[in-house]
Amino acid sequence: MSLAALPALQGTDTRRALAAYLLSVADDELILGHRHSEWTGFAPDIESDVALSSIAQEEMGHARLFYQRVGELAEGDPDALAFGRGAEQFRNLTLVERSNGDWGYSIVRLFLYDHADAVRLEALAGGSVTPLADLARTLRREEKYHLMYGEQWLRGLATAMTDSRDRIQNALSRGWAEAAAFFEPTEDFRSVLDSGAVASSLDQQQERWKETVLSVLDAVGLSIPSDWEGGAGGRAGRHTDDLRILLDEMTSVWRSEPGAKW
Amino acid sequence: MMQMTVGLEKQVWDALETVEDPELPISVTDLGLIQEVTVEGASVRVRMIPTYSACPAIEVMRQDIRRRLLEIPGIDHVDVQLSFEEPWTMKRMSPRGRERLVHHGLSMPSKLRIESVECPFCGSTNTVLENQFGPTLCRSIHYCNNCQNPIERFKSPA
Repeated sequence: MSLAALPALQGTDTRRALAAYLLSVADDELILGHRHSEWTGFAPDIESDVALSSIAQEEMGHARLFYQRVGELAEGDPDALAFGRGAEQFRNLTLVERSNGDWGYSIVRLFLYDHADAVRLEALAGGSVTPLADLARTLRREEKYHLMYGEQWLRGLATAMTDSRDRIQNALSRGWAEAAAFFEPTEDFRSVLDSGAVASSLDQQQERWKETVLSVLDAVGLSIPSDWEGGAGGRAGRHTDDLRILLDEMTSVWRSEPGAKW
Repeated sequence: MMQMTVGLEKQVWDALETVEDPELPISVTDLGLIQEVTVEGASVRVRMIPTYSACPAIEVMRQDIRRRLLEIPGIDHVDVQLSFEEPWTMKRMSPRGRERLVHHGLSMPSKLRIESVECPFCGSTNTVLENQFGPTLCRSIHYCNNCQNPIERFKSPA
């Protein structure tokens, strides 16, 4: 059944707010999936090459499922949502659009993002919009492998040698504020909470995320910056040139013949 | 009329047994992907539980199912929907399907979650995990210390 047909989602404001929220989820997954895919052929070992390619495939698949649900609530088919919009229409957090940098940065980002995503999925899984809760439960099982992978690498690099440790610490210092902005509200998020689609507020989710990631970071002696304001903006459509460059490349085939099927 | 619908439903299930996963030699029914088949008049609705929600084979299987079912006389509309109401687990795979995948050379988990990985070639459990990620979302890579062969293992969602 289409989400738009659910009795709990009959208000126009509710539908619009939920569509905006799910769009931010899909955008995060698509853009980070694309970044991960850029490691294909370049990762430090062949296992990671395969791992990042698999994780990329999975994040893009998840993006597609969320774009479909956005389409049920508002306008747009998944391909047009993914490839037919300009940077300012994207609602992903800035962290995921940053170019890959070194392996340390990509690992720190994967670790911080996937833990935040796990908390987000937990909130959706505990929500009262059954089709979304069911979907979130399915995705959570798949994401467990990403969490294991990110943590294994993070722990390894943080404890291997001075150079790897410095790189991980620098990446953490650089990425932390933008990672914490994961929980920046999308437009009219209040209506999403009121609809019951998510079981906890964004502040609660952020607290839970911090607890989880800090327990790992503390264990390997990594520290987060004391002052970390200013990572937000992505959920409101404010992005960096990195996203414009990424979209330009990612959408070039689609733009060459919009609507083409194969 | 009732009789006809029952007959058609049986034909649909029989036809589904001939549709295979494009990435593995196993039918969609043996893999346990089909949750429900509903026949109403000349319309069929198939509800399908994916192993991994992002598996690129899903769309291929949806098309294959559609094409195959439309060959059945008396059916002129087929709708294949994805279902997430219940998770896919190893319990959904038939013993025959499991057998076929072992024969294909995959190490197969049993219905129990925690266990050692058995080499499909020599049967040894002296194996190590090489990569949680493999050539498809549903496979991990291991190595057999006994017969020194790399192993692919069917990986159930966590």
